[in-house]
Order: sequence, then C-alpha cells, then structure tokens
Amino acid sequence: MAYTVNGTTVEHDEEGYLTDLNEWNEDIALEIAKAQNLEMNEERWEVVNFLRNYYDEYQVAPAIRVLTKALAKTMGPEKGNNKYLYELFPYGPAKQACMIAGLPKPTGCV
Amino acid sequence: MSVAKKFLYVNRKAPYGTIYALESLEVVLIGAAFDQNVSLAFLDDGVFQLAKGQDTKGLGVKNFSPTFRALGDYGVTKLYVEKESLAERGLTEDDLMPVTYEDENDGFAEKPSLIFVDRAELARVMRDQDVVLSF
Repeated sequence: MAYTVNGTTVEHDEEGYLTDLNEWNEDIALEIAKAQNLEMNEERWEVVNFLRNYYDEYQVAPAIRVLTKALAKTMGPEKGNNKYLYELFPYGPAKQACMIAGLPKPTGCV
Repeated sequence: MSVAKKFLYVNRKAPYGTIYALESLEVVLIGAAFDQNVSLAFLDDGVFQLAKGQDTKGLGVKNFSPTFRALGDYGVTKLYVEKESLAERGLTEDDLMPVTYEDENDGFAEKPSLIFVDRAELARVMRDQDVVLSF
C-alpha cells in the first residue's frame, strides 16, 4: 500500500503509517491528511510540527496524555487539552496527527 | 477503577544485540500510559543502556537512548542504578547520560531521575513492589 505524491509512491502500512519515516515531507503530510479527510490548517500543522520535534528529540511518538501535557506547557492550556485536540483530529490526536507527521503509531495506542 | 500497582522493570542486558532493552522500554511506556506506578532498575550489563553518547550508526538499528529522557513526561521519575554493576564495568555516574523530570508539585523544578543505590538497597526497592518484571 502506498501514497502517491508528485508522481512518486511512498509505502505505508495497513493503517496508513509511513513505512520509512525518512521519506516524509510536507506534500506527503498533505496527502495523508487528505486520506484521513482532514484539511491541513495552521492549527493542525502546529500539532504535527510539535510531534515531529518531540520525536526528533526523544525518538518516541508521545502518548495522548503526554502530548496534551507537553502542548499545555509550551503553547498554553487552551491548546494543550483533549477537547481542542480532538476537534482538530477527531479519530485521535496522537494517532492521526502522528500519522500525518510520518511518525510511528504512539506506543500504547490501540 | 483499580488501584495503581507498583511496577518495577529490571533491565539487565546491554542495549543492543538483543531486543530485551528496547522491548522493556516499550512496555514501560505502555504501563505508564495506563497510569500505573512505574519505576526502572538497571543492573549488570543493563547499566550500559544509560551510557552517554550512544551511536548506533554502525549497527544499523535505532538509538533509543533519547527516549529515556522522555520518561519524565510519562510520570516515570525513578530510575535505580546499581552502584556495584557500574563499578564492575569500570563505569562511574559521570559515564551515564543525565535523565531528569519536572516536579509538578514543586513549580516544575527539574530534578534528577537517576537514583544510585547499592545492591542491598536495590533488594529493598524490589521487595517493596507489587510486580517485578525482568528483562
């Protein structure tokens, strides 16, 4: 299974997570978001970029509880809460946002 | 809701070469995500998991050591390191990477997560647990 972006194909697993996270770029993110019926806007990019930075630093995709806490700390409680994040990513912020960010599924996510 | 149990994950193997260390860390993250009381112990070759400056390029596997630094975000703030195991391998506390957590009950002050204990103290820590899992 693969996404097709600008004529090139990028492999993904049965759920939609990239097989090789080094292949990620912003065009691929847009394609994954489209497959999830999500339109990328500033708020969604903010979360996606936050996740990419987190992964870069810690080599792990954070669980939802960790994500909300970390977001609250850096961006304030109006962004670091479940309601805000579920409005942006209705099928699970950690899950969907990680997928768009090209990261593996968060550990502990079913 | 059941009461949170005290879990201790005991790490006794070197970080690479076998899958034990990485699998242990994954289970730790899962356990912590489910709000259990989780702490870790490092002894025998397990102390190498916390060694500074790990570089796995030549091995072609992921260097997961930065993830230990994320444990504080998961509420895992106690990483016991056995002093005898360090000494037997010619290591000192300075050879390990710093791991810290932010104490929510103390104005988010940054505090060290590594707790250096001798063998007898570690035995007492183990006795105090509900569940001890060895990797």
